[in-house]
Amino acid sequence: MNRSIVPEAVSRQPWSMLIPLFALVGLGAAVLYSAAGGKLQPYALSHVVRFCVFMVMAIVISRMSRNLFRLAAYPVYALILVLLVLVELIGAVGGGSQRWLNLGFMTLQPSELMKPAIVLVLARFYETLPHSMTASWRGLVPAAVLIGLPALFVLIQPDLGTATAVCFGGVVTMFLAGLPLWWFLSAGGALVIIAPIAFFTLLHEYQRNRVLTFLDPEADPLGTGYHITQSKIAIGSGGIFGKGFGNGTQSHLQYLPEPHTDFVFATMSEEWGLAGGLFVLFVFAMVLGWGMRVARQAPDRFSSLLAAGMTATMFFYVMINLMMVMGLAPVVGIPLPFMSHGGTSMLTNMICLGTIMAVHRWNRDRGSFR
Amino acid sequence: MKFDFRRLLRPPHVTAGTLRNSFDRRSVVLGAIQGGVGCLLATRMAYLSVFENEKYKLQAESNRVNLSLIPPRRGWILDRNGRPLASNRADFRVDIIPERMRDPARTIAELGRLLSLGPIAMQDLEDKLERARGFAAVEVASRLDWERFAAVSVRLPDLPGVVTQRGYSRYYPTGPSVGHLIGYVGAASAEEFEKDRDPVLITPGYKVGKDSLEKFFEKDLRGKPGARRVEVTASGRIVRDLDTREDVPGKTIKLTIDADIQDYAARRIGPESAAVVVMDCRTGDLLAMASMPSFDPNSFSDGIGRLEWKMLSDDDHVPLRNKVLRGLYPPGSTVKPMVGLAFMEAGLDPDESVFCGGGLRVGNRVFHCWNRRGHGQVNMAKGIYQSCDVYFYHFAQRIGMDPIAAMAHRLGLGAEFELPVAGQSYGTVPDPAWKLRKYKKEWQTFDTVNATIGQGYFLVNPLQQAVQASRIASGRIIMPRLIHGHQQDAVPSLGVPEEHLAYVRRAMSDVANGPGSAPNSKLPFPDIKLAGKTGTAQVVGLHISNGKGGLWKHRDHGHFICFAPAENPRYACSVVVEHGGGSGAAYPIARDVLTYIFDRELGMTKLTELEKKWGGTAKERLDARFRAYSAEYGVGAPKVSPEEERRKFQGLPQGDDPRQPISEAQSPAPEPEAAASSPASASSAPAAPAAAGQTP
Repeated sequence: MNRSIVPEAVSRQPWSMLIPLFALVGLGAAVLYSAAGGKLQPYALSHVVRFCVFMVMAIVISRMSRNLFRLAAYPVYALILVLLVLVELIGAVGGGSQRWLNLGFMTLQPSELMKPAIVLVLARFYETLPHSMTASWRGLVPAAVLIGLPALFVLIQPDLGTATAVCFGGVVTMFLAGLPLWWFLSAGGALVIIAPIAFFTLLHEYQRNRVLTFLDPEADPLGTGYHITQSKIAIGSGGIFGKGFGNGTQSHLQYLPEPHTDFVFATMSEEWGLAGGLFVLFVFAMVLGWGMRVARQAPDRFSSLLAAGMTATMFFYVMINLMMVMGLAPVVGIPLPFMSHGGTSMLTNMICLGTIMAVHRWNRDRGSFR
Repeated sequence: MKFDFRRLLRPPHVTAGTLRNSFDRRSVVLGAIQGGVGCLLATRMAYLSVFENEKYKLQAESNRVNLSLIPPRRGWILDRNGRPLASNRADFRVDIIPERMRDPARTIAELGRLLSLGPIAMQDLEDKLERARGFAAVEVASRLDWERFAAVSVRLPDLPGVVTQRGYSRYYPTGPSVGHLIGYVGAASAEEFEKDRDPVLITPGYKVGKDSLEKFFEKDLRGKPGARRVEVTASGRIVRDLDTREDVPGKTIKLTIDADIQDYAARRIGPESAAVVVMDCRTGDLLAMASMPSFDPNSFSDGIGRLEWKMLSDDDHVPLRNKVLRGLYPPGSTVKPMVGLAFMEAGLDPDESVFCGGGLRVGNRVFHCWNRRGHGQVNMAKGIYQSCDVYFYHFAQRIGMDPIAAMAHRLGLGAEFELPVAGQSYGTVPDPAWKLRKYKKEWQTFDTVNATIGQGYFLVNPLQQAVQASRIASGRIIMPRLIHGHQQDAVPSLGVPEEHLAYVRRAMSDVANGPGSAPNSKLPFPDIKLAGKTGTAQVVGLHISNGKGGLWKHRDHGHFICFAPAENPRYACSVVVEHGGGSGAAYPIARDVLTYIFDRELGMTKLTELEKKWGGTAKERLDARFRAYSAEYGVGAPKVSPEEERRKFQGLPQGDDPRQPISEAQSPAPEPEAAASSPASASSAPAAPAAAGQTP
């Protein structure tokens, strides 16, 4: 490829990350095509269309200036927090839990948007925080409040998975912001003690069951352990090269729950085998590795924290989903980025990606200035 | 604590440089963690899909493929002419697999509504479910019409655990007539499955043989199940057939039985509790083995309902016991031809006579002849055809018991034959050694006296009596056979001199055709003569009942053994009528059965007339009785326990315990000679007042 004849706007895009990503979305579309019984509708086509739409959105985000991000950080955070409260209120009025707002043309899940927003607002907070205060209570308490408020609202929805994701993104940003290491260690220690207590007091019955089932899925093969067991059967029976495209029995005969959303990786593994699974892991390694590289190359505190936090948020999705389908984590409703069918998670992940691409552009622009 | 507190208050020195430094270090740590998680996931995935691949492949297959066994068609049971005694007929059926039901109460109620089951059927179904083990199918209904079958079939998705099937069910064309001979089939019980772990046993619709031939030939009749592999979704919907292996039907079994004679004999018994055995006395082929009353094996195959069980258990005519093989009776005077043969063998001149004055003093007690007025001068022939007891009392004391017992054994009494049946009660031929062994008591003269007229300890079953008749008729060691087609070697001779046999046969012919005790047993053919011997066995002492009327269970048993044609014997027959009031109840049955064998039309005319009086065929009467019972008891009948079921079918315990009380000496039962003079009463109700009234 001769750089001179390729427009600069195209050539400067992070192709080493984008090409594997396109391949992954393509694989995702193929899996969804198969899961729908060899039809484009209802999953595969909308998956690709959504990706294209959100890719455009990501490119738009990536064209935004650093100052715009800085300015928007607190208002965006506040707006999403208001939306979260609104969801709670509507839910309380309507009687029953609700997680989304109906905007007419799409349903919006504010808790999803909070995942990138928390990273953005914390990056902004630590940028403005005087360096010397980083290790003091003033570096901890406001950040804790910024994380705690939305996490609490999400938790009472109740949505443990998203609440954990929000906390994870926030805490990783704090960790990278340079807060004293022993704070994290002691918090982790405290968690080990509190977790069992919370397990028996705070968690809902169904959440408790999920954890118990995770610990021993075969104990109740037709009940809650069914999901994990069937998912492992799908992955295990695929072998090295899979059963072949369109030949997955676990998904086609409806043994696998949610074969197009949360368990899409199991659907894929059954038909594409270990080879397909390693390809998916490879693509995520490329994307996330690129994200961390962008963060390290970022010139200032805000950009680096932003890029690293966004990468961590995406990583959390991938990690929890894959551990879940392989029987290493309890069943939580977290989809696999770029493969699972579903608009909101695609939106969140493309916001994260667009933000990292923006930081990537800032890095290049800085390079060109020098 | 103090030190820590101070450190907390004094923040460390932080600059932009240290923060950048820490970011770089920590981002490397974070990247390493991410890489580590990636490696963990890759390893886990490789473990699942490579090392545990076999296990999960198998699980995916067992998810996907549903293997259902097709129960094999049971082998047919044919009579000697190839007519089916037990066959299979196409059938729509509905079963339940209890452990797959989600809401049993609702499912069963829904099934009851769809199949329009009555309260009695619902109760039986609940009993069956209670006893069932979860994985084995329980039959709800079979022989359904298409509408009801379809009504359940279309609702299957809402009725988890319910299985509809087009299959075959066992069919016995003559119903109750072959109940005891063939047995019946039913779903395998838990114990049967424990013993024989063949998975076909728990296949919906599969039945195992529960009694008699069905049970004995279970392995031959079973065949090999077919299998159908289908791909199913998680909710159980069948996506497509993968492959089907046809079942291999069980082997056909051909019996020596003649279906027509069997059915005729069973029907001719009428309302009596009786057994009829017909044999070909040249080959030993059993042509009929009827025991009535019986049950309808067709209605047993879906399990024995409470009400049906109550009806059969309440019946004092014991319809659940096969009287041919498991009924033991004192043979009465039917042993006299045999005793006569024993006398001649021991050197007694048959013309030597004794005066019968109506009784004989033995020791300190007088033994009466059945005819208290006496028979006058009696030789052996007269002793047989007039059934004079005194003749036998007298000469038995001279000859002794041992030669008589030896002859009894030679003629097949007390023997257990090699037959494919579930159990034979072989009874007792008493002799001094046996009594000493059994009761630790010396043999007494009055024991001999009792035994010579077939009373006392003597117990035989109807099959043995038929064998006895055929051996006397042929002079050969005829063995009864039930399975057709075995080529038999030349039947060895009994070793009894032909002139002895001829003498006894002539005396037996005189019973029917001469001056004998049963002139009415004569066959209605000028050229075919019947030779026979009557017998009347007392059940209780004369101080309780005279054996003719009164309580049914106190009446005498009626016996008749015979063969025909008398000159060139072809068929042998024995009849026992429990509590028939004497031999007058037995010989009309034998006579009509033989009439039927020689002239089917004539025999059937007689039967049709009789059945009109009795209220229909055996099957019709059984059905009417069941209707009466369901009207009377409804769902109030008590439950049937499996142990009880087994016990009833086993009948009497094996052995030689006489059922009747043994007093020191028993008076012989009177022979109902007088009854023979009124043909109407003899052929219909043996306990008719006319017969009882004319007894001396």
